[in-house]
Amino acid sequence: MRKSLLALAAGLLLAGSVSAASAADKLKVGFVYLGPIGDLGWTYQHDLGRQALVKELGDKIETTYLENVPEGPDSERAIEQLVRAGNKLIFTTSFGYMDPTLKVAKKYPNVHFEHATGYKRNPNMSTYSAKWYQGRYIQGLIAAKMSKSGVLGYIGSFPIPEVVSGINATILAAQTINPNIKVKIIWANTWFDPGKEADAAKALIDQGADVIMQHTDSPAAMQIASERGKLAFGQDSEMIQFGPKAQLTSIINNWGPYYIERVKAELAGTWKSEDTWGGLDSRMFTMAPYTNMPDDVKKMAEDAQAAITAGKLHPFKCPIVGQDGKPVECKGGAHLDDGQILGMNFYVKGIDDKLPGK
Amino acid sequence: MQLVLEKRAERSGTIALVSPLIAIGLTIVTMVILFAILGKNPLLALHAYFIAPLTDGYSLQEIAVKATPLVMIAIGLSLCYLANAWNIGAEGQFLIGAVAGSWIAVKTQGTDAGAWVLPAMLVLAAAAGALYALIPAICKVKFGASEILTSLMLVYVADLFLDYLVRGPWRDPHGFNFPTTAEFDPVATVPLLIEGGRLHLGSTIALLVVAAAAILLGRTIKGFEIRVVGAAPRAARFGGFNANQLIILTFAVSGALAGLAGIIEVAGPVGHLQPGISPGYGFTAIIVAFLGRLNPLGILVAGLFLALTFIGGEQAQIAMKIPLDVTKVFQGILLFYVLACDSLILYRFKLVFPNRKVVARGAG
Repeated sequence: MRKSLLALAAGLLLAGSVSAASAADKLKVGFVYLGPIGDLGWTYQHDLGRQALVKELGDKIETTYLENVPEGPDSERAIEQLVRAGNKLIFTTSFGYMDPTLKVAKKYPNVHFEHATGYKRNPNMSTYSAKWYQGRYIQGLIAAKMSKSGVLGYIGSFPIPEVVSGINATILAAQTINPNIKVKIIWANTWFDPGKEADAAKALIDQGADVIMQHTDSPAAMQIASERGKLAFGQDSEMIQFGPKAQLTSIINNWGPYYIERVKAELAGTWKSEDTWGGLDSRMFTMAPYTNMPDDVKKMAEDAQAAITAGKLHPFKCPIVGQDGKPVECKGGAHLDDGQILGMNFYVKGIDDKLPGK
Repeated sequence: MQLVLEKRAERSGTIALVSPLIAIGLTIVTMVILFAILGKNPLLALHAYFIAPLTDGYSLQEIAVKATPLVMIAIGLSLCYLANAWNIGAEGQFLIGAVAGSWIAVKTQGTDAGAWVLPAMLVLAAAAGALYALIPAICKVKFGASEILTSLMLVYVADLFLDYLVRGPWRDPHGFNFPTTAEFDPVATVPLLIEGGRLHLGSTIALLVVAAAAILLGRTIKGFEIRVVGAAPRAARFGGFNANQLIILTFAVSGALAGLAGIIEVAGPVGHLQPGISPGYGFTAIIVAFLGRLNPLGILVAGLFLALTFIGGEQAQIAMKIPLDVTKVFQGILLFYVLACDSLILYRFKLVFPNRKVVARGAG
């Protein structure tokens, strides 16, 4: 008994020193994920980005991730655990990690942090996000062309600016095709809950919607649309396998290039706190192939995508009329400025619903 | 030859002490096999789970922070369960406590209110938790409604109420519509015990609660009453103990403790009110209560142990890239063994040889 205990202790000591030595010369990069890496949506795409990073720079870095980290007090601990394990650059990939990331960042000024989709920064904390409203605009055009009932179903997560701007971009685009287009909105109050997302999709279809779009992370809505013979847009990742006859296109997040760029900067010692907001031109997200639609609709979508990428078409070009019937102030000249979109807290005219909390 | 479970004439005191150790031993053996199948070094993995978190001050603090709400809620629940009152809704009482306490924090925001704010928050949270727990208790006593169902359903009511508040009236005006209140003022925040750490006054309160419960159960007539009503309801009736009154009392106390835990969590580690403040503390505490065999000191140990598996699980994820699911499997296996071993307190294994004409009771 004593012998085996000794052996155990020796083994632990040995193993401890070995792992410390091999990790010393590589840059450690940490990731905090909201969902499981198998969610096939938001977290899955971030992990694909991490894998791309490992493929590109695997000989110089070591990555670690924590998955399924809830957006509460646990996230602060998770982030700090990564710091204490020696990670020098840490990506926290959900909005709810904003305050915890900031708290830990202030505590460890020599570690660099990257927070996805937030608005608080620090000299050692950057933010990054994508202009998904551009993709929503293209989806709005397609939806208006493809909907027979003239009713779109929209599954929202939380009524935050990112989501509200997506709804507005969709309806503004759809109105250029069909001025009487209607949209039904259901707030799932979650980013990832396949059961709730599926229920929302069923309810929307029952209310007459024949094109379903979502701002939640799982493919559940796509599966329901597929079962019911309706059309849908994927979200975050390619979801065609869940609705081969249903998916029109999908907004596919593409974090790899950004992660590689930021880690390269860290390796070169040129990392700075920045605010990155990537559009279609930056390829921070891409559109899945346009499927299940006639050629003319496909062409229209491709043209719109090209125009937005080239900067010739802005989804929030003025004049824009708010739900109250009054024109929205146009701070960006010909279109709304970034601040107005990042803080968007109103519905445009034509949305027959009330923004929660308004 | 058959192996049967035979009821013991009386509880085995030895097994009651040894059973948790057997359970932990069996868990470790199972985990070693599991780690080996996963291709991870089992010794290193166990080290990451159990030893590493105990070797530095930071992790010890985190264990205490994580265990604080679990222990406080579980103590209250144990009183209920001892008295045969089944409060399953501690999660809801936790949330209502958090909401009630936050009300003061939100209303006094930026007004430079004095040092009375935090104590008032704690008192109001405990009162709100108690009142919320009284709903199922009174329904049980007056109408015979199952307290298991009513207390559980009230969890969802509390959850949605909190949700409504942070999305509507209490939303941080500068928060871009995000569902959260503004950060609480310093006077509305639970003070830290260690500068730069996360250990807060709540952990001290939890220890006081454990001590108070130990005294209540061990040294007072009320505590005796609770145990008798639970263990022998008929005897309790003959003894003149009022079971209904005890249901009301234990529900109120456990609701108060859950509510207190709620506001401490919000005004402590979180710093503001938001949805998802509890990763299921109210339900995990049920496990803690039974793991600690409804004994205050046992609950303290069980709460710390469960917290250790959380922190250790995270460190194992980081150090050895062991998936989070393994931590959950691990917790499940542990609970399974604890319950399985507990059956040995009341039953024993017996080999039965049919040719010797022994009547095998309950064999099958």
